[in-house]
Amino acid sequence: MPDTTNVKIDPKTNTLIREGVKSIVNPFDENAIEEAVRLKEAHGGKVTVITMGPPQAAEALKSAIAMGADEGILISDRAFAGADTWATSYTLSQAIKKIGTFDLVLFGKQAIDGDTAQVGPGVAEFLDIPQITFAIKIDIVGADGNQPSARVKRQLEESAEIAETKLPAAVTVIKQINEPRMPSLKGQMRAKKAEIQTWTAETIMAEPENIGLKGSPTQVVRIFTPPPRGNSEMLEGTIEEISIKLFNKLKEQKII
Amino acid sequence: MDYLFTEEQKMIKDLARKISEEKVKPVRAELDETGTFPWELMKEFGKADLCGLYIPEKFGGFGGGCLEFCLATEEVSRICGGVGVTFAASALGAFPILMFGTEEQKTKYLPDIASGKKLAAFGLTEANAGSDAGGIQTTAKKDGDYFILNGTKQWITNGGEAETYTVIAMTDKLKGSRGATAFILEKGMKGFDFGKKENKMGIRCSATRELVFQDCKVHKSQILGKEGMGFIVAMKTLDRTRPGIGAQAVGIAQGALDEALAYSKTRIQFGKPISSFQGVQHMFADMATQVEAARALVYATARTVDTGTNDISRDSAMCKLFASDTAMKVTTDAVQILAGYGYMKEYPVEKMMRDAKITQIYEGTNQIQRNVIALGLIKELAAKK
Repeated sequence: MPDTTNVKIDPKTNTLIREGVKSIVNPFDENAIEEAVRLKEAHGGKVTVITMGPPQAAEALKSAIAMGADEGILISDRAFAGADTWATSYTLSQAIKKIGTFDLVLFGKQAIDGDTAQVGPGVAEFLDIPQITFAIKIDIVGADGNQPSARVKRQLEESAEIAETKLPAAVTVIKQINEPRMPSLKGQMRAKKAEIQTWTAETIMAEPENIGLKGSPTQVVRIFTPPPRGNSEMLEGTIEEISIKLFNKLKEQKII
Repeated sequence: MDYLFTEEQKMIKDLARKISEEKVKPVRAELDETGTFPWELMKEFGKADLCGLYIPEKFGGFGGGCLEFCLATEEVSRICGGVGVTFAASALGAFPILMFGTEEQKTKYLPDIASGKKLAAFGLTEANAGSDAGGIQTTAKKDGDYFILNGTKQWITNGGEAETYTVIAMTDKLKGSRGATAFILEKGMKGFDFGKKENKMGIRCSATRELVFQDCKVHKSQILGKEGMGFIVAMKTLDRTRPGIGAQAVGIAQGALDEALAYSKTRIQFGKPISSFQGVQHMFADMATQVEAARALVYATARTVDTGTNDISRDSAMCKLFASDTAMKVTTDAVQILAGYGYMKEYPVEKMMRDAKITQIYEGTNQIQRNVIALGLIKELAAKK
């Protein structure tokens, strides 16, 4: 994806100006890759990294291999262009089906450009597997002989909950789950030598009406930068304290 | 300038730069201020496989040479000279083992150094034996299969933090320079302690301490090379590690040049950025030319070292001399360009100037380097006759 820290929007076409913008791995996906590699280091197994994108996205897969992933698969076809989150979820799920057996599908909680957080859950739906979102900790339990489960701590806004699911399952992770490692020299050498397979719409047996712009129910009518909001104030403290402060403010303003 | 690097060498440079930018830069000012040893950063370099660049693959390293080591040292030093020397000094301690160690010694010590799990250090200098290394007073007295070490090494980089030490001690004082022997010592050995940690002008995060030996009993299997070869071990080591100091100096100089250049475009005086003034431009032109010349000399020397030649003393002295004098000049000019701001600790160039000074002093003062160069020239002339 393009590095969005410096990205600008073309006012004429309402699209991101991608020319000259460096490509990076979505930061939340780096957390997902790191978690996958850590789980592999702890429990064994194999990490396959998948991305849908133009041919240059192979570089992102190579950086995942440098971090310790075993292989990378690039889903790339002109027919995928213009895909929204629905068509993207469909396409990725088709690729995962082609891989065959798997225990865990990991995602970053969202992309930092679209910020939708829909693709992880979308893929889980297409694969018809359980999903746990916003994970801050993943433990694989009962792996010895029994059917393994994932016990996942989910970070919610003001609390956390622990959910457990049988595998295979899909989990989306948040930034706080880990700190992605720096690539190592040996990892980079491995990445350099690694061959990235490219799968097209045909390879993954994707239905033409479900992919790309044609398969996307979302239509972008208009993109605009909202005007800055006026003065705002962040209330801090425990939920109880914040509630009281908010109540008093609303009362002061004679809203309630 | 294209130095015709291999893909691997480019990768090393890029990776060292990435870690330095992302991990070293945010903490360098604090490390300098508090004089805190950068253990976490050393672990990062280890995890990235940068600690064993010059160590053969069979001992857990990357299998590169002096050039690979210099590329990483330069990039780290571009951000922080103190972290740079900590990184480089481990190689100074490991090189003697690499060059003179038995298969057994290499297998025992090199893999942990290559992985970054342990650091190494080199102990030659003493209070009365600096430029005149012949004045070493630390003794190693033979006692059956053991040697008993007594004496104090001074200003040892990585002292106290390193686990593995190459130490030069006199086994036979009467034989002068032929009476010195190199030993591998381990932290924690009985009779081996550390003195005070020095409070330095620059490279402040690096550890500089005394190694104190009081009846420290060492088995003869810890001798590097042979008894009496200590000076050869020391000199051959320094010949091969001086390009590392050259690389550190080039890195510090480049870091200062980068800072000054960026500043000059934002500093407005007389209604214009100061980068538009010819007086400033000419300073930059000289700084950049000197840095590039120093870099070319360091790389060429490192490549010469990697050919395996023994005839390297003069070249390695030249690259250390020129690069360190360049670092001092360029960092001083960088402070001048930032002027009042440059003198303040809010900006990094005053630290770079403090860090640069040591490169003219350690691993042989630049006056000693000039002696070595001149001696090399005279020897060459004599050989032609």
